[in-house]
Amino acid sequence: MIGVNHYLILSGLLFSIGFMGVLRRKNLLMLFFATEVMLNAVNIAFAAIGSYYGDLSGQMFAFFIIAVAASEVAVGLGLLILLYKKYGSLDLEVISSMKG
Amino acid sequence: MENLVYVALFAPFVGSLFAGLFFARSPKTHLVGVVNSTLIGLAFIASVILALHVAEQGSVHVTMMTWIDIGDLNIPFGFKVDEVSVTMMLVVTLVSTIVHIYSTGYMDHDRAYNRFFAYLSAFVFSMMILVMSDNFAGLFIGWEGVGVCSWLLIGFWYHKADRPFEENPSISPSWAANEAFIMNRVADLGMLVGIFLIYWNIGSLQYDVVFESLKNLDSGTLVAIAIALFIGAMGKSAQFPLHTWLTDAMEGPTPVSALIHAATMVTAGVFLVIRANPLYSLDAVHGVSMFIASLGAFVAFYAASMALSARDIKRIVALSTLSQLGYMFAAAGLGAYWIALFHLAAHAFFKALLFLGAGNVMHAMDDELDIFKMGGMKKVMFGSYVYMFIASFALAGLPFMAGFYSKDAIIESAFNDGSYIIWFILVVTAGMTAFYSFRQVFFIFHGEERYKALGFHPHDMYKYVLVAMSPLAILAITFGWFMDDYHEFITRLLPDYEMSHHTHHLAPYLGGLVIVLAVTGIIIAYKKYAGRGEKAWKRDEEFEQSFLYKLVSNQYYVPHFYDQYIVQPYKIASAKFWELDKAVVDGFVDFIGKGAYKTGDISRGMQNGNLSSYLNWMGVGAMILVLIAVISSVIG
Repeated sequence: MIGVNHYLILSGLLFSIGFMGVLRRKNLLMLFFATEVMLNAVNIAFAAIGSYYGDLSGQMFAFFIIAVAASEVAVGLGLLILLYKKYGSLDLEVISSMKG
Repeated sequence: MENLVYVALFAPFVGSLFAGLFFARSPKTHLVGVVNSTLIGLAFIASVILALHVAEQGSVHVTMMTWIDIGDLNIPFGFKVDEVSVTMMLVVTLVSTIVHIYSTGYMDHDRAYNRFFAYLSAFVFSMMILVMSDNFAGLFIGWEGVGVCSWLLIGFWYHKADRPFEENPSISPSWAANEAFIMNRVADLGMLVGIFLIYWNIGSLQYDVVFESLKNLDSGTLVAIAIALFIGAMGKSAQFPLHTWLTDAMEGPTPVSALIHAATMVTAGVFLVIRANPLYSLDAVHGVSMFIASLGAFVAFYAASMALSARDIKRIVALSTLSQLGYMFAAAGLGAYWIALFHLAAHAFFKALLFLGAGNVMHAMDDELDIFKMGGMKKVMFGSYVYMFIASFALAGLPFMAGFYSKDAIIESAFNDGSYIIWFILVVTAGMTAFYSFRQVFFIFHGEERYKALGFHPHDMYKYVLVAMSPLAILAITFGWFMDDYHEFITRLLPDYEMSHHTHHLAPYLGGLVIVLAVTGIIIAYKKYAGRGEKAWKRDEEFEQSFLYKLVSNQYYVPHFYDQYIVQPYKIASAKFWELDKAVVDGFVDFIGKGAYKTGDISRGMQNGNLSSYLNWMGVGAMILVLIAVISSVIG
């Protein structure tokens, strides 16, 4: 029987994978993917906990996140294209311009 | 009458504001001198009318407004014009008026002429508050006010540099001003403690309430209050061991020395003891009163002995002031309050005259103070000569002069009290007083004209200044003639002092003894210092090397002692504390500032412009927050 704990463990694993991607990846596009993975890990947790409590607001919130993520991807990808046109690369080492 | 009280009190204040607010930065203008002198004169006239009113109808008591009213503490701005305060008001305003007029001539060439008048009038205002207040708090305000004005005026020529001077390691007007102020501060602490004790034990500071309730206090408290108040009086009246500031205060302009450090402010201590006579005449504080009398006699002798060898014209007069203050305290301590007050008034007149005369001499000699360089100036400065002669006559206590009556009465009361040691010291001092005051006169005005060889061209003061000084000369001669009238007037408020029949019988002989000693002193001085040609005075180098002479001319090494054992250790301690301050207080403040700076310096490495490392830091931060959340949920 698959219980809420299984979902939460899956969600935690996915979140960790995404988190590691954010920390380790150097390519901006890959960073985007990693954040998407993290967002969806959270969605799984929302849906699972909403079903566990019999409360629809968890799943509702997951939809909201999907909507926000979609628009974010639209804007983000547009910016990425511009960056690529400017630098010819999406490597963080290359496009960094601030020096502390 | 109420309005007259305010006129007497506030006319000097208006003068001070007039000079200080409108003319402080403008060039010298005689308008200031004239207006301020007129205003002080107005205060004098108001005081005269008030004196007549007090004589006929008794004292005037006004309450201007409530000053402090918190809980049980209620201190009004109240002023009381009674027999004692009106005497002080007359003395202060009369001497001040003359000194103001004198200053218009004396400070004529000074570039800070207007500022001088602002300070001088402010002093008169503070002194009026001091003497007129009907409570100890008001007295204290005036007390501090005259202290500040004294500081401002001693240090009036603050730009003068330090220079070594006789017994002092180094002296300048600003140094002397600070010395006077700090020494008074030490004494004022005693005074403040006395006032607090009064308030704690009685719950009021009004004179009448306080003196009414004294009988309810136990003797320990009374003694404590008496001692504490007298410490304040010792500072202001420069009694041993707080006396060194007075001679150094001679660094100030001479009119200031005449007004503040001879005639008025230094007598504030005597005034306080007279004011608090219901306290000091109690049996419980008899010991304190005896101490006051003994200290007074000691200071009288001590200062007179220093004046014997002093060379500085102003210091001689300052030391004689100290000596006469000793006489006043001796009288006050013996319970002869009205005699002390009478001597205070007489002394104010002849001492102011003496000082102003000395100022004329200084002015003529281009601020030269050494009497060894003067002599035979009778011809060029006849007016000043006459004044100084009269003043010295009065100071020496020769018959029919002001000083004769008052000083004789003090000496008689010492004899009457059976304090023969005090009596003996005072008699001997009277002889010394005559000697040193005439030593000075003969040195300056008689004998060889030593100044000629040194290239001085003395000339006498302006005529109008000499005329303005004449009231003081007249009073120095005649003031004593009114002793019986004054006695009747003042004993309505102050306790009378009855001489026993025995003393009364002996009085002519006692007076005669004093006169003989005084005349002897004058004759010795004349023989020694007034000769010309063959008999002219010559420096006795051998005598000047003797132990006694050195002891006396170094002021018994007291300033040395203070410098060596108080000032220097204090300097060392201050240096050490400065180190400590730098290490601990400054160190702590610096640590905070530098800590923030260092933290920023180190953590700015994070801002390396690499988004990936930013994200790593963000991740670390998020982890830490999660960790904190977990820990806090587990703990609490």
